[in-house]
Amino acid sequence: MATAKLMDFDKALEMFEPVLGFEVHVELNTRTKMFSDAPNPANDEFHGAEPNTLIAPVDLGLPGSLPVVNATAVRSSISLGLALGCSIAESSRFARKNYFYPDLGKNYQISQYDEPIAFEGSVEVELEDGTLVTIPVERAHMEEDAGKLTHMGGATGRIQGAEYSLVDYNRAGVPLVEIVTKPIFGAEHRAPEYAKAYIAAIRDIVRGLGISEARLERGNLRCDANVSLRPRGQEKLGTRTETKNVNSMRSVERAVRYEIQRQAAILADGGTIIQETRHWHEDTGTTSPGRPKSDADDYRYFPEPDLLPVQPSRELVDELRAALPEQPVARRRRLKADWGFTDLEFQDVRNGGLIDEVEATIAAGAAPAAARKWWTGEITRIANAQDRDAAGLVSPSDVAALQGLVDAGTLTDKLARQVLEGVIAGEGSPQQVVDSRGLAVVSDDGALIAAIDDALAAQPDVLAKIKDGKVQAAGAVIGAVMKAMKGQADAARVRELVLERAAQ
Amino acid sequence: MLARIQLSDDEVTQLTGQLDAIVDNIAKVSEVATPDVVATSHPIAMSNVFRPDEVGETLTLEQTLKNAPDAADGRFRVTAILGEEQ
Amino acid sequence: MSDIIRLTAAELGEKISAGEISSVEATQAHLDRIAAVDGDVHAFLHVNEHALAAAAEVDARRAAGEQLGPIAGVPLAVKDVLVTTDMPSTSGSKILEGYMSPFDATVVARSRAAGLVPLGKTNMDEFAMGSSTEFSAYGPTRNPWDLDRIPGGSGGGSAAAVAAFEAPLALGSDTGGSIRQPAHVTGTVGIKPTYGGVSRYGAIALASSLDQVGPVTRTVLDAGLLHDVIGGHDPKDSTSLPQEWPSFAAAAREGASGQVLKGLKVGVITELPDSGFQAGVAASFRASLALMEAQGAEIVEISAPHFEYGVAAYYLILPAEASSNLAKFDSVRFGLRVTPDGNPTVEDVMSATREAGFGPEVKRRIILGTYALSAGYYDAYYGSAQKVRTLIQQDFARAFGQVDVIATPSAPTTAFKIGEKIDDPLQMYLNDLTTIPANLAGVPGISIPSGVAAEDGLPVGIQFLAPAHEDARLYRVGAALEAALLDSWGEPLLARAPQLLGGTR
Ligand SMILES: [Mg+2]
Ligand SMILES: [Zn+2]
Repeated sequence: MATAKLMDFDKALEMFEPVLGFEVHVELNTRTKMFSDAPNPANDEFHGAEPNTLIAPVDLGLPGSLPVVNATAVRSSISLGLALGCSIAESSRFARKNYFYPDLGKNYQISQYDEPIAFEGSVEVELEDGTLVTIPVERAHMEEDAGKLTHMGGATGRIQGAEYSLVDYNRAGVPLVEIVTKPIFGAEHRAPEYAKAYIAAIRDIVRGLGISEARLERGNLRCDANVSLRPRGQEKLGTRTETKNVNSMRSVERAVRYEIQRQAAILADGGTIIQETRHWHEDTGTTSPGRPKSDADDYRYFPEPDLLPVQPSRELVDELRAALPEQPVARRRRLKADWGFTDLEFQDVRNGGLIDEVEATIAAGAAPAAARKWWTGEITRIANAQDRDAAGLVSPSDVAALQGLVDAGTLTDKLARQVLEGVIAGEGSPQQVVDSRGLAVVSDDGALIAAIDDALAAQPDVLAKIKDGKVQAAGAVIGAVMKAMKGQADAARVRELVLERAAQ
Repeated sequence: MLARIQLSDDEVTQLTGQLDAIVDNIAKVSEVATPDVVATSHPIAMSNVFRPDEVGETLTLEQTLKNAPDAADGRFRVTAILGEEQ
Repeated sequence: MSDIIRLTAAELGEKISAGEISSVEATQAHLDRIAAVDGDVHAFLHVNEHALAAAAEVDARRAAGEQLGPIAGVPLAVKDVLVTTDMPSTSGSKILEGYMSPFDATVVARSRAAGLVPLGKTNMDEFAMGSSTEFSAYGPTRNPWDLDRIPGGSGGGSAAAVAAFEAPLALGSDTGGSIRQPAHVTGTVGIKPTYGGVSRYGAIALASSLDQVGPVTRTVLDAGLLHDVIGGHDPKDSTSLPQEWPSFAAAAREGASGQVLKGLKVGVITELPDSGFQAGVAASFRASLALMEAQGAEIVEISAPHFEYGVAAYYLILPAEASSNLAKFDSVRFGLRVTPDGNPTVEDVMSATREAGFGPEVKRRIILGTYALSAGYYDAYYGSAQKVRTLIQQDFARAFGQVDVIATPSAPTTAFKIGEKIDDPLQMYLNDLTTIPANLAGVPGISIPSGVAAEDGLPVGIQFLAPAHEDARLYRVGAALEAALLDSWGEPLLARAPQLLGGTR
């Protein structure tokens, strides 16, 4: 495919105002599917099942099968709507969205159309520097996921050039909530950052509610990013493109930046933007054209006759509202104050996605500063080196236990880093690693004194300097002793003893 | 075509004539369907019919694939797909 | 002809229960009858090879001392719209030829649990689209009263099976009259329950908001006995009503005593004048009303001004819902697959399959429905039709403020000749004129034989309609009129049908 012409990002922003919009699909982690009692693969317990083994008749659209709504999925959807600041509809209904595609068992998707469960809300989103922006939400509606296609025989596993495709309907019927924003204005040069921060905010909210496993890499959260540009000073919105299924926060940031640069180049050349879906390519960092919007997009929506309206009672909505966890932004404000972190220190933790980990480490007994240092320092360094997420690399309780060993003087910081590596390598708890690797500090003065005497004897000039009162010369001896002890000594104690012996 | 039925020319001609007559006939519904009349989608009004979130019996893979015109590797097999996911 | 097959289900159930006849004998008698006459009638698409084994099992359960229901051991014919695990389910379509469901329809499962013995699957218009069973992909069913005539539709197979004494009981489905209109033309009894009164789970959907499963029998009591077995709440169907229902068999027995006609207010619709019906149909209808009046009923003229829009609304709602319900027949997961030459895409395969697998009436309605739902037409067509539904419900509400039941002829004409209307869809659609309003409004309806038309000697039915949830009222009134008519005739109407000897085709 030909590479698109791109305009410099800053120049694009000089000429055009970007307008954003997002559609995020959240897979709920209920035990069963939206409309059938088959296990839900978006629940950790059933994730990774063999193809076509999580199937009830309605998931295949078998003749005579009928959908029945999952009560828990409705509750989760209402909770999510409330967390998004939405109004909950007094009456909401399902509709059929009709289109033929082999991943749809019935060749229609049960979704919501004119009467969504939640509407008119907003999400407070925090940018990297702590700036708060409000993203307006148009609606959140319930629907079902489609099955999964695997394209075979083509070179790339892509749909183009494939000889045939295989269909697995395990994912068909997974409960989804689709969150649709209103057009987002004013993002300007921070548009890519808005995108990333919005997805992070949605992830934090659904995690906080416990209604989704919220793993982007598994597709539990999937984002369609709409981007349009309009010349400075123009009122009318430009034509938008919809980049589909961008499934990581970094990608959504890059995709928005790319679309701004691509569209700007076309518009500056006097071209027009085609309203179309586009595909994001992680490898090349580009988007490619997909399906143009056309008359064929006539989904022939009509009220789903097999299902009845959802009319949540006031009591239910009040109950779910009362049970909402603290809003992520408010929670962050509280934690920052409790922990006594500076702005920069807290941003470090948040941007690393490590708030939960630090909180749990502190709860397990570590001091806030120590917890922060471990997570944003050594653990993040190892995670980056291994190309993994810091969160989840090691348990907060192990980190707290490790710091406990440092506080007790059992480990030096340097030894503790070695123990951490052992824990991450799966060698057991910090104490088990200390025991098995024999890494504890040598606190036996006899052994230390023997090593000091050896070192002093080997460096008579240094001994003379110390005796002359040049105490800083002791460093060379201390270094030699630490080396002899393979680092397993408390440097401060060694220093005390060196000065003591030298004085004799 | 939205109905995804390939029709012969003869069929198209015949159907067009019949459908025109039928559509003319049924257009009479708009005579009485004034804006003040609410639409009824379900003959008996009910709401909030839900199922507990409990796992039931699933189909075995054999049952799932039993009627499949073509299958491979535990999945349904179809020829190349032209269109895109929605 | 064996006497066993002439028994009603109630009588047969009693004899089986008393040990006079075994279920195996009863089943064998009906299988013999099918073997003898179904070559002519073609009511069945499939005869159950496990029927005798199922009957033997019921006999064994009884022998083991199990308390079984009143119709345990009685054979049952099952409309092919209902999915079954032990027999193919095709809904009368080539696109589902040989399809084996991994589950039973709820009504089939309940029938089995009650000891009924599935005899086979009955013929129908493809996907229940039709009023004559001529649109079955497997050839037409013939009316036992005259083998050159239609048995009604879409459930012509179930009605013909019962009328031809091939089965005492059958299951049908009624979207716009598919139980009641065949009952009318075959001299049998058919009930469309209140929408949601009987589970739709396992009924291959035609129009989900109109479809109802119901009994097809020779007597009102038999219908009540079968309704008692299949009815009631089913959590697998969200539109299933949660309420407790009275015994419909008990209601029929109560009605047969005749007392219920005293003071009963029977509404007759002004907008359905006799001139709209074949003369013999109107005459039979009026005779029945007179008989009811003689027994103390009061005939009241009522107005239902929106009934005349029913057919138009129906032919928007039904195709719209059907176009969506039938989208699943795409050759991917089940059913027919037709692969064109060359390197066809899945889109090509789907289109070719649906072209080859659907008959002309099905295509006609899918295309009509697709059109009625498309953007730009929705409000004028589908949206307006849903409003007509509201208006018809209001007509019913007003009428039932004045009367206990409404009576109409069950259909405009007696059975017409096979082929007579097949090329005139509009004319065909008018067959359901009197039955459609009940489906649009969700109210229950019953058709019972009222006599024969003088001009052709063919059976005629009378339809009663009651408010939603008042199915029991229909059993009482139907059984009361049935008893009065039987008295006046001295024998069941079906006794006048010609003897079928078999072997003419
Ligand atoms: Mg979308
Ligand atoms: Zn969606």
